[in-house]
Amino acid sequence: MELLSGADMLIRSLQDEGIEYIYGYPGGAALHIYDALFRQDKVKHILVRHEQAAVHMADGYARATGKPGTVLVTSGPGATNTITGIATAFMDSIPMVVLCGQVASTLIGEDAFQETDMIGVSRPVVKHNLSVRHPEEIPEVIRKAYYIASTGRPGPVVVDIPKDMTTPNERYEYVFPKKIKLRSYNPAIRGHAGQIKKAVDMLLAAKRPIIYAGGGVILGKASGQLTELVRMLGYPITNTLMGIGCYPASDKQHLGWLGMHGTYESNMAMHHSDLILCVGARFDDRVTNATEKFCPGARIVHIDIDPASISKTIDADVPIVGPVDAVLKEMITLVKESKEKPDADAIASWWKQIDEWRAFHGMRYETSPDVIKPQEVIEALCRLTNGEAFVTSDVGQHQMFAAQYYKFDKPNRWINSGGLGTMGFGLPAAMGVKLTHPDDEVLCITGEGSIQMNIQELSTCNQYNLPVKIINLNNQALGMVKQWQDMNYESRHSQSYMESLPDFIKLAEAYGHVGVRIDRKEDLETKLKEVLAMKDRLVFVDIYVDRFEHVYPMQVARGSMKDMWLSKTERV
Amino acid sequence: MRRIISVLLENEPGALSRVVGLFSQRNYNIETLTVAPTEDETLSRLTVTTTGSDKVIEQITKQLNKLIEVVKLVDLTEGSHIERELMLVKLKAAGSQRAEIKRTVDIFRGQIVDVTSSVYTVQLAGDSDKLDGFIQAVGTSGVLEVVRTGVSGIARGEKVLSL
Repeated sequence: MELLSGADMLIRSLQDEGIEYIYGYPGGAALHIYDALFRQDKVKHILVRHEQAAVHMADGYARATGKPGTVLVTSGPGATNTITGIATAFMDSIPMVVLCGQVASTLIGEDAFQETDMIGVSRPVVKHNLSVRHPEEIPEVIRKAYYIASTGRPGPVVVDIPKDMTTPNERYEYVFPKKIKLRSYNPAIRGHAGQIKKAVDMLLAAKRPIIYAGGGVILGKASGQLTELVRMLGYPITNTLMGIGCYPASDKQHLGWLGMHGTYESNMAMHHSDLILCVGARFDDRVTNATEKFCPGARIVHIDIDPASISKTIDADVPIVGPVDAVLKEMITLVKESKEKPDADAIASWWKQIDEWRAFHGMRYETSPDVIKPQEVIEALCRLTNGEAFVTSDVGQHQMFAAQYYKFDKPNRWINSGGLGTMGFGLPAAMGVKLTHPDDEVLCITGEGSIQMNIQELSTCNQYNLPVKIINLNNQALGMVKQWQDMNYESRHSQSYMESLPDFIKLAEAYGHVGVRIDRKEDLETKLKEVLAMKDRLVFVDIYVDRFEHVYPMQVARGSMKDMWLSKTERV
Repeated sequence: MRRIISVLLENEPGALSRVVGLFSQRNYNIETLTVAPTEDETLSRLTVTTTGSDKVIEQITKQLNKLIEVVKLVDLTEGSHIERELMLVKLKAAGSQRAEIKRTVDIFRGQIVDVTSSVYTVQLAGDSDKLDGFIQAVGTSGVLEVVRTGVSGIARGEKVLSL
């Protein structure tokens, strides 16, 4: 029988769970745990400079590896600082466990120093949260937390640990449970066979079909199955911002991504389709535009692990609840076995129509001899990294340009806060990726607004030698806000102008990194090459881009999917 | 439409706050809510009455089911069911009013459970309409205080909500 203190049990449970990294920040209520961490070397701790960054780091790690991230913070402000990060992970269904210190159980409710009701505060933005009520429970609580976080529709789980649960000199028997079974939580392990059959029949009978795939394909590790099915059928595919990489962007069946800033051909094809096969996406408002005008002629098959995502905004004709990989696998088998084949004539004329839309070149921008266009920067980066980098982004115009002009052929490489839209996400997420992918190129594409929301992490990068490349598309304004003000508020730029920007080059140098400024178009390619050649250095690349550029296409507010602005003057 | 949703919930601290939080967070309506432990001490039974379109009700049941601590739930209004609510009312009862109130209580099959020289306290059980009907019958001017438990419900026949 092995006797351990609560703190040792916690760390031991993390080891037994196979956790490699914890991102965190110590403080009073977590000190017993930090001491236990000190006395072992299996689980590595990364000390951030702000707790929010710890969560985004764990998030970036989870998105790139598919494994749950782990965060450790203290009570009170340590815990509340994680909330934005937790909400970010929650909106994008990212598996994560956030361990929070808490004041001793005897003090809870007394407004003790650094006391916050973290269970209450986090409740609306977690998949679940758990409180430790006895030290002996710790191994089971930890096992349960990871099980819930990483199964079904994944999400963040918070564990609240009062300080007296980890007291060093009180020891209990350590038993790590082999299996967890919860009577009230049983995510589906396969889809309904009858529904799948019905869906396949509809797919094969469709005249103008389209596959609409989302982040669920990446989370469900189903890119392989999706690609196989789509190629077998020969149908067009589009994906959401979160689904980028689930199907190779360079493939001719891929129409680009859809929605507010999606491609012309994707939005047109969705609107005119007669059958939409939705795989692991959720008909988000940034995709559908006005729901009452959404794809009037389309019947909808919706595959999702979460029943609540089905018919939430858009009614599904054939709902299929199940893990996307298993459901797609069954569909592949049925398509192979079926005597019915896709209607070759109908599909050929559908492609003819789509190719006409493609020829319209919705995704175009005007270049200029004098100024660097943000789109050009992304295209150059994509070229210079062969489209194989891990790219994280912050939120705003740069995010949309990166998603539009960097072509991802593989899943897990495009990492952004799609659901919550969290500025300050990009740098810490890139750090989480770089830590586990030291030999891969990791780019953080950001703007001068977003980067300043977690800039302190340059210090963490120095401590742990994380040579990410920060690509700052500097337009000296909060670009997306300014774009909306141009379009909807007669260019009244209320608070969207960034005065007194720091000298980012000196700032990077102050943190021990390299800073490079690019402000002449003719330098762009050569300087980017030089930057990428500095393999073992973090380089902050401050690129002065066109201050007046807008992101297009852009769906017209409250319109249907096909109503778009294609430039400042051209509306279709 | 008005619905009665009956939920078996893990009897754990914080579980109720998740249910209540879900309703406010997603902008759903709660009209009444009752909760108490069951014969199985690990489970609570919660009954919530709510209103909404079929689409909203579908989302409510799906979102409730997603809560880790919700073990099972049923929308009682989908089948025939029995609903009951208990009400205690303090009524002004002086002089000639006393006999009239007594008669009305009898008609509604209620009981007078406490008496002073000027007040009757009446206990009444039934569905929510019946309780509303009683208040209407005695007239709001005579009502001093009302307390209602909220709706509890159970399916008719052999259907049971259990593990």
